[in-house]
Amino acid sequence: MTMRQHFGLGCTLLGAIGFATTASAAEQITFVSQGGAYQAAQTVAILDPSAKKLGITINQDSIPDAWPAIKTQVGSGKPIWDVVDTPTGYCLRGGEQGLMEKLDFSKIPNAAAMPEAYRSPYSVSYEFYSSVLAYSQKTFPKDVPNSWVDFWDVKKFPGRRALRNHPIATLEAALMADGVAPDKLYPLDVDRAFKKLEEIKPHITVWWTSGAQSAQLLNDGEVDMEMAWNGRVSAVAKEGAKVAFTYNQGVLQSTSLCILKGAPNLDTAVKFLNEAVDPVHQANLPLNIDYGPGNPKAFETNVIKPERAAQLPSEPANASKQALMSYAWWSSPAGEAAEKRWASFMQK
Amino acid sequence: MLALVSPALLVILLLIVLPVGWLAWQSIYHDGFTLENYRRVFTEDIYWRSFALTFEISLAVTAIALLLGYPVAYLANSLPKGWSILILSLVVLPFWTSVLVRAYAWLALLQRTGVINQFLRYLDVISEPLALVHNTFGTVVATVHILLPFMVLPLYATMQKIPGDLMQAGASLGASPSLTFVRVFLPLSLPGVLAGCTMVFVLCLGFYITPELLGGGRTVMVSMLVSRNVELYNQFGAASAVAVVLLLSVLVIFFAVSRFISLERVLGQK
Repeated sequence: MTMRQHFGLGCTLLGAIGFATTASAAEQITFVSQGGAYQAAQTVAILDPSAKKLGITINQDSIPDAWPAIKTQVGSGKPIWDVVDTPTGYCLRGGEQGLMEKLDFSKIPNAAAMPEAYRSPYSVSYEFYSSVLAYSQKTFPKDVPNSWVDFWDVKKFPGRRALRNHPIATLEAALMADGVAPDKLYPLDVDRAFKKLEEIKPHITVWWTSGAQSAQLLNDGEVDMEMAWNGRVSAVAKEGAKVAFTYNQGVLQSTSLCILKGAPNLDTAVKFLNEAVDPVHQANLPLNIDYGPGNPKAFETNVIKPERAAQLPSEPANASKQALMSYAWWSSPAGEAAEKRWASFMQK
Repeated sequence: MLALVSPALLVILLLIVLPVGWLAWQSIYHDGFTLENYRRVFTEDIYWRSFALTFEISLAVTAIALLLGYPVAYLANSLPKGWSILILSLVVLPFWTSVLVRAYAWLALLQRTGVINQFLRYLDVISEPLALVHNTFGTVVATVHILLPFMVLPLYATMQKIPGDLMQAGASLGASPSLTFVRVFLPLSLPGVLAGCTMVFVLCLGFYITPELLGGGRTVMVSMLVSRNVELYNQFGAASAVAVVLLLSVLVIFFAVSRFISLERVLGQK
């Protein structure tokens, strides 16, 4: 995921030095996220308060795509990182490949209280974002596209379209366009999804690869509607572009926290994991960035005002309109096969 | 002599030979010896199609760069020194801008709401915007722009070494300027043509950012398969097999070219 790259390295270093001088406790962990405004928001909302409460030092690192580094670190037998915030699919795949610690939820009560769909034996949901249908309000001032069925309807909603150049969430959208209910998607009917995608393919102007690109397409009016991440669309709208999106039939996706196998500070890491998904810390996250808390209990803390909650992807009413991505399916052999099939679909 | 080049050789050994060797090793060894990665490259359609597309794009880019670059080099060669320096600086100027910025600049020019489409619509030449980017066309345009200096500079270097007397001799024997060009100048500049074409073609084979940003997702070049394979198969071997096949094709091309012309000339020496 390239949507939150480029965290100022300076910030990371300053943060680390700051902690090193103030907290004298011997306990410490190394926490890794994806950088950018996203990691800065977490630092304020979750990392600093957790470190203070537990009396530990949190050394931060950031990397846009943690997966190759996780493989290399655990493969070497001496990982440097403890806790990683990464797309949930990597936590699951890592768990299956023996790269992640199995979690003992009796030591992580905050996570144990979360709905089962929000955790796995190796991971806990940390924050939510959504792949939504976004559109130009210039092109569609009144009658707006409101579902993937509308997106596929090129007669009723003429205009240029973009989708992500990736099967994840795109196959889900295709199936919803074909009439499958958001809560009945898994296991995905891959053949049916690709057949439906063939139908819309001639009308897709761009298959975007990065979040920045999807924002640019919408901002410049290069496309009239597209699938995009909610945070990207709201950022473009904030800058004054006439764009909007709907959570209806969005695909709710998450990043999760997981602990590397053989992490140098395992016990502290588990304590941190519990603290990181504490409802109040979690509720502070959306006050700093357009992502929803991973722990739904955050909405019961009164920290998030109702108007703000209504904008967030994982707010219960919004969540109920969406499909909750099954990372378990995507990391299963069927999911991996679907991912491999994508390239040949794109070339034809 | 050996002592003088040894630091360079050491750097090449450490930074190029060892990593490439390690990558090549990974492609055939993963929990034991395996040809699985190569079996995939040679049997699955997507690889064949990407290699074909990559070679097509590289050929097109080379041809266009030659057509555009030859007159520029010719002009720079025939004008007085001051002018030729100016022309060559203009050719080299884009080198100071990153490839990424240039790709975005092309996007601003070519996209639906871009400068060119807006202008053509203003003139009423077109009613609907043209699809100039997010396809192979946009990729080729931007790639030609980036690689043009690699065509012009070897051409210019070769043309500089063609003695001007030869053209005068042709003229004194009654040949028209165009005949002198075709019979004397052009054949003598051919080594430069071959050198420029080889450089551009080989560099184009490995292009990544430009097709990624301007290809609209449909222009899947080999380099993009390399990065995709790291993601998809979670091991470097699957990706390095693709890279090794591409590297071998480049070596074959260099070998073929070297039968017609010495490699030193391709790389801008003599």
